[in-house]
This record gives sequence, C-alpha cells and structure tokens, in this order.
Amino acid sequence: MDFPILSFITFLPVLGLLVILLLPKENHRNIRGVAVAVTLVQFIFAIILWAGFDPSLAGINAESGMQFVERLKWITIPETPWFGEIRIEYFMGVDGLSMPMVLLTTLIVVVASLASFSVKKNLKGYFAMFLLLDTAMIGVFCSLDFFLFYIFWELMLLPMYFLIGIWGGPRREYAAIKFFIYTLLGSVFILLVMIGLYFSTTDPNTGLHTFNMIAMMDPANVASDSIFGGIATTARHLAFIALFIGFAIKVPIFPFHTWLPDAHVEAPTAISVILAGVLLKMGTYGLMRISLPMFPDSMLYFQLPIIILGFINIVYGALVAMAQTDFKKMIAYSSISHMGYVMIGLAALNPQVMNGAIFQMFNHGTITAMLFILVGVLYDRAHTRKMSDFGGIYNKMPVYSFFTVIAFFAAIGLPGLSGFVSEAFCFLGAFHTNIFWASLSTLGIVLGAGYMLWAFQRVFMGTLPERWEGLKDISVREILSLAPLAVVVVILGVQPGIAFNWFSNSMNHLVEVVTSSARVAGLM
Amino acid sequence: MNEIIQSSLSLLWPELTLTVTFILTLFSQFALRKAPMHSGYVALAGFLLAFLLLGTQGGSDASVFGVMLAVDPFAVFFKYLIIISGILVLGFSLQSEEIRNNAEHAGEYFAFLTSMTLGMFLMAGASNLLMMYLSIELVSLSSYVLSGYLRNVERSNEAALKYVIFGAVSSGLMLYGISLIYGLTGALDIYSMRDVLATGAVMPGSWAFATLVAAVILIIGGFGYKISAVPFHYWTPDVYEGAPITITAYLSVASKAAGFAIMIRFFKVAFLNTVSADGAWEVLAGMNWELIIAVISVLTMTLGNLVALWQDNLKRMLAYSSIAHAGYMLMGLVVATDNGIAAIMVYFVMYLIMNLGAFYVVMVVAQKTGSEDIDDYRGLAYRAPWVAGAMAIFLVSLTGLPPTAGFIGKLWIFAAVLSKPGFVWLAIIGVINSVISLYYYARVFRNMYLRQGDEEKAQPILFGSRTIAGSLIFAVPTIVFGLYFGPILEWAKNSVTLFLR
Repeated sequence: MDFPILSFITFLPVLGLLVILLLPKENHRNIRGVAVAVTLVQFIFAIILWAGFDPSLAGINAESGMQFVERLKWITIPETPWFGEIRIEYFMGVDGLSMPMVLLTTLIVVVASLASFSVKKNLKGYFAMFLLLDTAMIGVFCSLDFFLFYIFWELMLLPMYFLIGIWGGPRREYAAIKFFIYTLLGSVFILLVMIGLYFSTTDPNTGLHTFNMIAMMDPANVASDSIFGGIATTARHLAFIALFIGFAIKVPIFPFHTWLPDAHVEAPTAISVILAGVLLKMGTYGLMRISLPMFPDSMLYFQLPIIILGFINIVYGALVAMAQTDFKKMIAYSSISHMGYVMIGLAALNPQVMNGAIFQMFNHGTITAMLFILVGVLYDRAHTRKMSDFGGIYNKMPVYSFFTVIAFFAAIGLPGLSGFVSEAFCFLGAFHTNIFWASLSTLGIVLGAGYMLWAFQRVFMGTLPERWEGLKDISVREILSLAPLAVVVVILGVQPGIAFNWFSNSMNHLVEVVTSSARVAGLM
Repeated sequence: MNEIIQSSLSLLWPELTLTVTFILTLFSQFALRKAPMHSGYVALAGFLLAFLLLGTQGGSDASVFGVMLAVDPFAVFFKYLIIISGILVLGFSLQSEEIRNNAEHAGEYFAFLTSMTLGMFLMAGASNLLMMYLSIELVSLSSYVLSGYLRNVERSNEAALKYVIFGAVSSGLMLYGISLIYGLTGALDIYSMRDVLATGAVMPGSWAFATLVAAVILIIGGFGYKISAVPFHYWTPDVYEGAPITITAYLSVASKAAGFAIMIRFFKVAFLNTVSADGAWEVLAGMNWELIIAVISVLTMTLGNLVALWQDNLKRMLAYSSIAHAGYMLMGLVVATDNGIAAIMVYFVMYLIMNLGAFYVVMVVAQKTGSEDIDDYRGLAYRAPWVAGAMAIFLVSLTGLPPTAGFIGKLWIFAAVLSKPGFVWLAIIGVINSVISLYYYARVFRNMYLRQGDEEKAQPILFGSRTIAGSLIFAVPTIVFGLYFGPILEWAKNSVTLFLR
C-alpha cells in the first residue's frame, strides 16, 4: 500500500498535540516551536500532495477520479436478523474540489500558528486545541464517507469553543456558547439527513446500506421507495432545506449569521484567521460536496431563493460593514458580504460561476486571513480597535500599511489581485443565469469599495493622534505570517490560470452532474 | 416438581450467588465490627462471582419455574449492565467518604445494595406480572433504605421519605393495573396474557377494551416511575440530590436499565406482534400506543432538559439530565422493532459509562471541596486537570457529540426512529433537545475551563493516582466506544432475542 499521505496530513497535528502535552507547561518556546513545525510539515506535505495531484481527473461523483484514496474497513457488523449487515468505512480521498481547500487550510494554519505568538495565557492548552482543530478541518475536506465527515465536522466545535472561550476578548463566554449552540443546531439537522441518506442508499458493490458519499450521489443507488427516493419529492426538499440550514449557519448566510460578528470580535487573532479563512468555507464546501450532487432536483427547485439569499448576504453584509466603528467587526461583516458571492456563484449552476465560486472561497480565505492578521497586529499595539481612535498610521507604520493596501485592494476586487478574478467570474456566470439579481448584486462591489476605502481613510490617512507616537512597525514574525498570503494573492491575481488548472475539471463536472441529473428528471 | 426446581436453579447461579452474598454481607457486619467497611469486600467478591457466573446463562433461551423468569439473551444483556454498574458502584462506595463517615451501618448498606442488585436481576427476566411486581418492590424497598442511609443529613431523610411515598403510590397503581388484567384475561404470566388477547377476546370499543387500556396505563405508571419518565418523575430530583451519591449513580443507571428491561419485555411479549416486520403494535390496535409512548418520550426529554437548565447543584442537574436521557431511550421503544430495542441497548451501554463517570467525578470533587454546586467548579481545570478533563469528556458525551460514546448511542436511536415511517418529527424533537442539553452541560465545562475560582479556591486539588485511574476507567472507554463501537453494536443486536413460549 502507498504511503497514506492524506491520513498523515490529517493526523499529524494529533501527533503534535501529544508531544505538546508531554512538554512542561512553562516551556513556551518549545511548545510554539512544535506547533509551527507541525503546521509547516503539514503544509509541505500538502504541497507534495498537490504536486502529485492529477487535475485532469474530475472526481466529484466518480470514484475513479478520486486521488490518494485510502479505504479501510472501520466498523463491520455481520448479518443479524432484521438489520442486515452494517459496514462503515474509513474512506478518504481528494479531488479538484477538496484539493484547493486542503492547500488553503494548511497554508492558513501555518500563518495562524505564527500569528498565535501573541498568546501568553496557558499556551499548552491553546496549541493543543489549535492542533485538534487543525486535524478536524483537514479531515472534513478529505473524508468521502459521510459518517467520517460528520465526526470531523463535529470535532471542530469543541476546540473552537475553548479557543474562543478561554483566549478570547471580554465577552468571550457569550460568543463561545453562541457559536457552539448555533453550529450544533445546524449540524444535528445534517445528522438526520445523513441517517436518512444511509437508509435510502444501497452500495451497488455490496448491496448494503452505505455512508459512502459517492454512492449517495448516484440516483440509481437510491431506492425509489425509500425516504429520499424519487425526484423533487417533499421529503427531498425538506432534506435539502435541513442540509442547507446546517451549512448556511457555517457560511454564514443571512439570517443565520448573527453568531459570526460576536465570534470574530471576541476570538483571538489567530482564531479569527482560521474562522474566516477555513471554517466559513466548510459551509460552502458542504453545499458543493453534499447538497448539490445529492439533491440536484431540490437545488434547482430552490435556485432562485438561494440566489436571493446570496444577494442579501452581499448587500446586507456590506451595508452593516459600512456602519461599523470597530475595525474587526467591519472585517467580519465584509466577510459575510464576500461569502455572498460564493453563494450566488454556487447557486447559478453554470461552469463559469462554479469555478468562480471555489476560487472565491480560496481567495476569500487568503484575503480575509490577511485582514484579520492586520487588525490583530494593530490591536496588539494599540489595544483598541475603534477606527475613530486612529489616523495617519501610514507614516508611522509604512510596512504594515503596505500589506494593508494589498489586502484592502484585493478585498475590493482591484484587477491584478486575486479577488478581482474570482468576483468577476462569479458575476460573469451569474449574469447568464439570472441577470436581474446578478446586476443588483454588483451593488456589493460598490459598497465594498465604499466601506473599505472609508476605513482606510479613517485609520491610515489624516493626522496621527499624539497617543500613537510610540507605535512600532510590524515585526519580522508578523511579516512572515503576512507575506505568504500576500504573495499568493498577487500571484493568483496576475496568473489565475494556475489555480483554475487545479479545479476547473472538477467544478465543470460538478455542474454537469447537477444539471444532467436535473435534465434527466425533466426539471431543466 | 423436584426436577423443575433443580433444572430451574441450575440456570440461576448468578441470582443464587447474589442471594448468598446478601446473607453473608448482612451477617458479616457482626464479624467485622471493628472494620465495618470491609463488608464491602464481601459484597464485591459476591458481585464478581455473580459476574463470572453470568457466563453460564449465556446463550440460553429458556424460562425457569414455569414461565416466571425468562433466562434469555435479552435478560442476560441487562444483567451484565446491572452487575457491571454494581461492581463499579461498589468501588465508588469503598472510596466514598459519605459512606465511610457513617460506617457503623456499612454492613447494612452493602447488604441492601446486594438485595437491590438481586431485585434488578429478577426484573430483567420477570415474565409474570406478580414476579414483575415483586422484583420491582424488592428493588424499591432496598433503594428506599439506601437513599436514606445518611441518617444525620436532613435531605437524605427527605429523599427517602419522598421516595417511599411516591413509590408506594405508583406500585399501588401498578398492582391495581395487574389485578384488572388478571380479571380480564385470567392470566398472570405475560405469555398466556398474549394468547388470550390474540384470540380477540378483548375487542376494541368494548368495555373490556377500555379496562385493558386503563390497566396498561396504570402499569406504565409503575414502569415510568422506575425509569423516571414524565409525569412519574417527581421523586427523581429530590432523591438524586439527597441520596448518597453512590446510590444516586446506581439508581440513575442500573435501576433505570432494569426498568427499561421490564417495560420492553412487557410490551414486546404481551402486546406486540413480534412477527410483523415493522413491529406494529397490533394486539392493542384500538389505541395508538406508539403515539402515547412518543408523547411520554417527548415530554420526558423536553422537561428534563428544560428544567436542567436552571439547576445550580450538579447532582440535581444530572438528575434532570438522566430524566432527559430516559426520554431519548423511550424513542427506541416507540419503534419497538428489534432495531429500536437494540438502539436502546446500545444507548444503555454508552449511558452507563458516561453517567457513572460523571457521578464519579462529582463524588471525588465533592470530597475535596465539600460542594456539589456548579459554581464551585470554577477553575477546576487548572486545579485538577485530569479529573476536569475526564469530566469534560463525560459532559461532551452526555451532550452526544462525536467522537464520544454518547454520540453513538444517539445515532442509533435516531436511526431507529427514522427507519419508522411517520416519526420524523420525533427525531427532530430529539435532536433539538440535544442542542438544548448542550447549554447546561456547557455551563459545567465553562465553569471548569473558562472561569477562574476565587483566590482561596485557586489552590491545586491533589487527587491520588487511584482517583485519577478511577476517572480514566470511564473516560477512556467513552472515547474508544465513540470511535470503535462495532463490538457493542454486535452484542446488542445479538441480544435482542426475547424468550417466547
């Protein structure tokens, strides 16, 4: 058997966690060292994975297109009367949909572990939770078995709760429990649908019910008399809604977004980075991996409402961002706005937007991560995030401001930076599908430029208040955590073709899967 | 006659062992006047022997003393649960300062613990209404005494008194129900009862049928009291809070398991057509029994969870949480197919581990800090990291989050419910309830991890290695069974067989 590289990448942090638990509590240097080393090794292996990845294989609903597959028996219960046999597998693999997410996650985690150096309190516990979260995130993106997926999905909650709740800001307890309850509420609905899908799906190879996600995508495997059998039935629509709520809470989509600003404002910088950079993508990833290919009929049925929700996300997020006085809260709301592009892209269901949507997911990850690090840098020095407290930072912190300019303009969508390409693709495709809502949504770009530039003006232009005379520019470590992201943002802005190579086959195929099964069903 | 007795007794080695243990423990206190706690070791030896001898009942599918007691895989499964939790609770008791401080009657304590266990063994197999009644009474009488064991503690006395009063009422109701059924069918054993009912002698719409319904509801009252289902739960919080914590732990796990065993057997054998694929409640077709059980289940879990939100005493909170868990398990009885029953059984294994673990931590912490208040758990993670870590695992598991045992329990319950058409709503209420429960379980780990204790309470609490090992005995399986539950599931599925005459 080949080297199980996916399991290695996934469980390496757990190994690091055990090492950290063995280190003495006071040994901050080594604890940090282990965490950075683990995440770096993980990133390097993700690069190796990427180098060996064959982008010509589409994957999605074709098992043959999955790469680096690991498939082991996990739980097998022999036939008993009434139940039949139960088999649950440990089934991992990547395709063009998960590959960019794995790369993004490993990159963000390296950056976040560097950004965690300002954490002082109970470092051992912090990095233990941090690494556990790391494992869970990679696991979600690599699992192809719904049961496994769900375990990783839920495993993210607890470390995140502690990371916000112990190391967060003044209202951390409230933010942590709000995050916990909201996301748990979402995931229990996913659980019910998962069980329903299990009973509805039969693996053609074994003739048993299965949690295999790839098998669930093939309508031929879903018995017509089962709960999710048939086409566009009420049960299927309800299941789609349940899944959608579960994933929408993670994205977050209006009106399920209220946990996000609280969580972001209270979370320590590095955790905000992970939250915005990776966790929000879980929602849209789930929609692409599960909802779209498994419930294409319902997706078409709810296409317009989802586009409208995406529009609301874009405009509402932007408007609320504009009204913020807190720097971090503004970024948090801008994040909601930007995830709206992904929603529109994903719902428009044509190849251009689907490519745009996943590219936007990746870019949003890098850009927002930069923004949160930048806010964190400023907060570490000034201990305030009120934008009106600042002014004229540019002269005082030129290097810092340089990175800010890149991040801000990337977020606005300036050509030449990665954000532009993905937003352009999202809109380009969306126009084909629904010109009305697509054109209304472009309002978001204008508003985005508005609040970003206004914030920039308030913080970086003007005269420097006297109290900030002593402000120091960013340190080498902070540059190290920003530079990789900036490089990615610029390279993908100038040469987006590199990225499209990774995923375009898979994304085109995803659209094909959804639309063709809908066409078969006579819905299109 | 002699032959029947002989062949019956040869199948009852564990029960006989417990009987002898009861007598030995009771008399051991006269021999062990100087070291009364040592009676516990006598009981422990008996329990371990009974555990080993349970192996002799493995694989048998029979009934003894006519059809008084069934010795079938189903009963054996529950007996294993009962004896394992009995052994663990004995271990708790030997470490418990509550018991040690009142050691002059320790012999009685251990003797009654043994008789209670014996009663629960009988409950697991009872297939005659009188046997059911007697075994429930044996358990109840022993537990009344045990919950009042702390004679100098007022709330322990209160617990015992409340328990007696509520217990007397519900066993009275049950006895009345039994007498009605006897009058209707002329049968006391549930097999003959089923035969009479199956002839269609009791037609829906007749007075006899109404009487039967009333009788069944009265009997449900008796069972509901044992598993603390709403609205028969009133005794639970006070008794759980007042009783010695070892007894609370035992009541919440073993006594509930025995209650479920007897309830499942009663319904499955007497009323369900066990042959039809969806296990429909056919014999009692005139009433929508599954809906009645479903409503009880919803009320039980919702009330348990909502009231638990407001508790400040951890023991009391766990009492309400155990009510909620009974509600989840009742969902399995709504389904009542082998699927549903196996789901209940899997749930019980998981529940045994996590709940006993949680009570164990409450006990050892209370012995060091003298408090069971949730507020006094502030900063526990920094004062006693191992014990707090174990507690966090139990709480996560009680909430039902992966990768812990509690998740697996819930998963199969929900799977069973979803496999029954028309009960999706029940599953939805179930999952919403587990979200609600997160809030109060999270309160405890919030206090342990997110908050700091007052200054005088910031000193590390030093636990001996025995205590840490004790909490790991529960914490490790809680994680392991969350990730590898195949054997448990298999065991449960092979044990759903009920003896049918």
